[in-house]
Amino acid sequence: MSAHASHAPKRSGIADWLTTVDHKKIGILYLIAGGIFFLAGGLEALLIRLQLMYPELQVVGAKTFNELITMHGTTMIFLAAMPVIFALMNAIVPLQIGARDVAFPFVNALGFWLFFFGGVLINTSWFLGGAPDAGWTSYATLALNQYSGFGIDFYVLGLQIAGLGTLIGGINFLVTIINMRAPGMTFMRMPLFTWASFVTSGLILFAFPAITVGLVLLMFDRLFGAAFFNPDAGGNVVIWQHLFWIFGHPEVYILILPAFGIISEVVSTFSRKRLFGYSSMVFATALIGFLGFMVWAHHMFTTGMGPIANTLFGLATMLIAVPTGIKIFNWLLTMWGGQIRFPTANLFAVGFIPTFTIGGMTGVMLAVPPADYQYHDSYFVVAHFHYVIVGGLVFGLFAGLYYWWPKMFGKMLNETLGKWNFWTFFIGFHLTFFPQHFLGLMGMPRRVFTYLAGQGLELGNFISTIGVFGMTIGTILFLVNAYVSAKSSKRAPADPWDGRTLEWSIPSPPPEYNFAQTPLVRGLDALWVEKMAGNKGMTYAEPLGSIHMPNGSFLPFIMSLGLFIAGYGFMYHNYVVVGIGMVITFGCMLMRSLKDDPGYHIEPDEIEEKGVKA
Amino acid sequence: MKSWQQSWRQLFLFGLLALTLSGCGMRELSALQPQGPVAAMQFDLMKLSASIMIGVFIVVMLILTYVLIRYRKRPGQEGIPKQVEGSHTLEIIWTVIPFLLLIVMAVPTVTTGFTLGKEYNKDEALQVRVTAHQFWWEFEYPDLGVSTAQDLVLPVNQKVQFTLTSADVMHAFWIPALGGKIDTNPGLENKMWLQADRTGVFYGKCAELCGASHALMDFKVDVLEQDEFAAWAEKMKGVQSAEPAAPASANAVQGQQIFEKSCLGCHAVAGKGGKLGPNLTNFADRQRVAGIMPNDAEHLAKWLRDPQKEKPGNNMPNLNLSEDQINSLVEYMSTLKVQEIKR
Ligand code: HEC
Ligand SMILES: [Cu+2]
Ligand SMILES: [Cu+2]
Repeated sequence: MSAHASHAPKRSGIADWLTTVDHKKIGILYLIAGGIFFLAGGLEALLIRLQLMYPELQVVGAKTFNELITMHGTTMIFLAAMPVIFALMNAIVPLQIGARDVAFPFVNALGFWLFFFGGVLINTSWFLGGAPDAGWTSYATLALNQYSGFGIDFYVLGLQIAGLGTLIGGINFLVTIINMRAPGMTFMRMPLFTWASFVTSGLILFAFPAITVGLVLLMFDRLFGAAFFNPDAGGNVVIWQHLFWIFGHPEVYILILPAFGIISEVVSTFSRKRLFGYSSMVFATALIGFLGFMVWAHHMFTTGMGPIANTLFGLATMLIAVPTGIKIFNWLLTMWGGQIRFPTANLFAVGFIPTFTIGGMTGVMLAVPPADYQYHDSYFVVAHFHYVIVGGLVFGLFAGLYYWWPKMFGKMLNETLGKWNFWTFFIGFHLTFFPQHFLGLMGMPRRVFTYLAGQGLELGNFISTIGVFGMTIGTILFLVNAYVSAKSSKRAPADPWDGRTLEWSIPSPPPEYNFAQTPLVRGLDALWVEKMAGNKGMTYAEPLGSIHMPNGSFLPFIMSLGLFIAGYGFMYHNYVVVGIGMVITFGCMLMRSLKDDPGYHIEPDEIEEKGVKA
Repeated sequence: MKSWQQSWRQLFLFGLLALTLSGCGMRELSALQPQGPVAAMQFDLMKLSASIMIGVFIVVMLILTYVLIRYRKRPGQEGIPKQVEGSHTLEIIWTVIPFLLLIVMAVPTVTTGFTLGKEYNKDEALQVRVTAHQFWWEFEYPDLGVSTAQDLVLPVNQKVQFTLTSADVMHAFWIPALGGKIDTNPGLENKMWLQADRTGVFYGKCAELCGASHALMDFKVDVLEQDEFAAWAEKMKGVQSAEPAAPASANAVQGQQIFEKSCLGCHAVAGKGGKLGPNLTNFADRQRVAGIMPNDAEHLAKWLRDPQKEKPGNNMPNLNLSEDQINSLVEYMSTLKVQEIKR
């Protein structure tokens, strides 16, 4: 390391947030940005359900409705769920493996800003002539120029930029987890959330290129008159579906595996037991990740692939039920014989189990191709994936947020508000989505802006809309809770839950360098092992010494801004603007490559000043 | 917390009850009340997979409930629970049993999959060619020389082999009461067979997002006795191979003139006219105007006044007709009957 390392220019306020490369701060940025997009997507959902409250309503028009469903899906998947997952991965994974930061802090910041600007770009469509309206799957042909408006261009370009950010983030976590583990932290001692993050990052690495290819082809069709998907000019409409779902199915596991990881941590901590069947949990996670790439065409049973392909993809899909079942039973057995406490985090984790099981059950039912001919593109599917994504992932994220909030912010969330948050959200959720299974089987297709009276669909839709109010109240309570906790002056202890893993061995929130001394890991549940050995904290693997830290930088922000500008240039066919944007981006890359940034050091006396015991 | 748990359960049960009371949907529309062999096979698979899955769910819920009650932390509880690593026996059990359950499901999945994937030639099944348009359906019977739209007329108890495609974007052809759906892909052809076991009307839907009025892309299926169907087809063929007939009343004749001037470019009547819009030869026999509104003078007039208002984004422009013209057209169009269909 460079001996000339100087102190970082201390930035404050907004400049600090724009330049930070600290994984903990980037985690908070992801959480805030993802949270804002989540609120936007939620508002869209509310409008969707209001429109469907009664038959033949006119709350919003047909075209606006299609824009709402498209933006709801796109926002929730790419701009809300993924970033909040990244928020927790950033905040927690380095701590769980005993690292001082991620492998590439600069790249980490770049990943965030790319996602952020991509998301903003997509959402500006509302003010620039209309949002995309071909569904979050944007199937060609409907997404081609001839059949839909300018909005799809925002989808195509925004997702390319945001997707780049996600891909970069995924690679960063792969490298971090492989290279930055503390001494003794073998792969088979990694906490399950870290394992899940590892597999998820691997899935990102292989899945995102597929959609990027699809988006590039669609961009050529739309902006430059190519004809990959245009049947009138010899294109093929089905190719988009394959590219989309080769990404889209693994994406489901990209989303749900981290939730599995969170549930594993939370259930085990609040049962005061080690995770039952740890190695089979790891194996199941990896197997789900692997099988996840073999089953994409189960989204296309009605596309006309014929019975052989349908049957094979159907059977492969059913197989995933086995590792998923292993996980559920392992959680149950983790609780078996424990001392179960029910703070909000564990309420969400326990609520997750039946809810996700229902989502998994309908998933297996959907894997039967001949029956899927009935379910497909009906409200049954809508119910299924909301059980998996809301009942699975969002419950998991809430559990994770309540669990790790003290570690991230140094303040506890209020438990009373938390319980209200859980129960309103939980009841509202089931009220909203349970009836939708039946609506689908009773003949209601998905993505319809209205339904006619007298077809037996009124009651289910009405109940479904009522449920949304429960989820809305739950979400608002969470925001109130966050606000109250930010205002309170009570500081969270380092280890509020009697935790088992490394992140609980350091203060809440951790200092910028995380670990004053790198810990020595002596078993699974590293902190628990020390607690059982009667030690106060971790044993250290190194003496207290000078800590090398990276400098913050404006470059990731500006680099992403350049692509954001170029995106508009492409959409409006203004190549001067494209040029300006590209010059900014590549200029920043050049600067980053040529200018040596040695970072700075924190000396032991400073560490001790900050009150860390050596 | 206990009381909370109970009250949510009550709410949940109430919701469930309300749903069951509302039945399994309409017989004309619901996949839960199959009206033909395809829908019946699919319903059987649904029942099989759902019962297996509900069985699994019950097991999970029993263990969960037991664990939550038995192992909640009690005040004053001391000591640390035993840290169990796992159990090979248990792990083998919950790997093998689900696997066996899956095999039970897999066998009928494979057999039904291939049964439904069969293709029948014209000696075995009635051939129907379906072309989906934004936002209406075109039905051709190549072997009968008949072409119609919006109302699909079929004989009872006879296999129907569909060949499906689209004229613009992707749609999906779905008659839940008769069987599952299949996509209509522009530039490609898909095949599917169905059969109705009783006469009557069934509701069809477009199931693939296809534009603004995707929700309104409904159609109807009229299932007739086999001899009625044969008579219908015979008559349609006769009408469609001749010039349009002149109606009786003066107002209707006027309507016909307006029609020939402003509408024939897109709509065919009898042996004459374009194909950009639905064939109207038997329009007065139809159940609905444009698939959604009751087929009567009032609603037809409404449609003609402004089609874009009734079905946003559809391909029939507002022709700015005067009320007199609309009146004549409505009278003319009420004469476009081929056969009174019992409903
Ligand atoms: C530019 C082509 C075009 C012209 C001209 C046109 N239509 Fe249409 N018409 C359509 C299309 C396309 C539809 C299908 C709309 C839909 O349901 O999406 C339609 C639907 C209809 C329907 C409902 C059909 C059904 O099966 O339910 C009626 C009735 C109708 N048109 C009458 C007329 C009359 C009368 C005129 C002349 C005054 C006319 N149309 C002129 C294109 C046209
Ligand atoms: Cu999938
Ligand atoms: Cu359609």
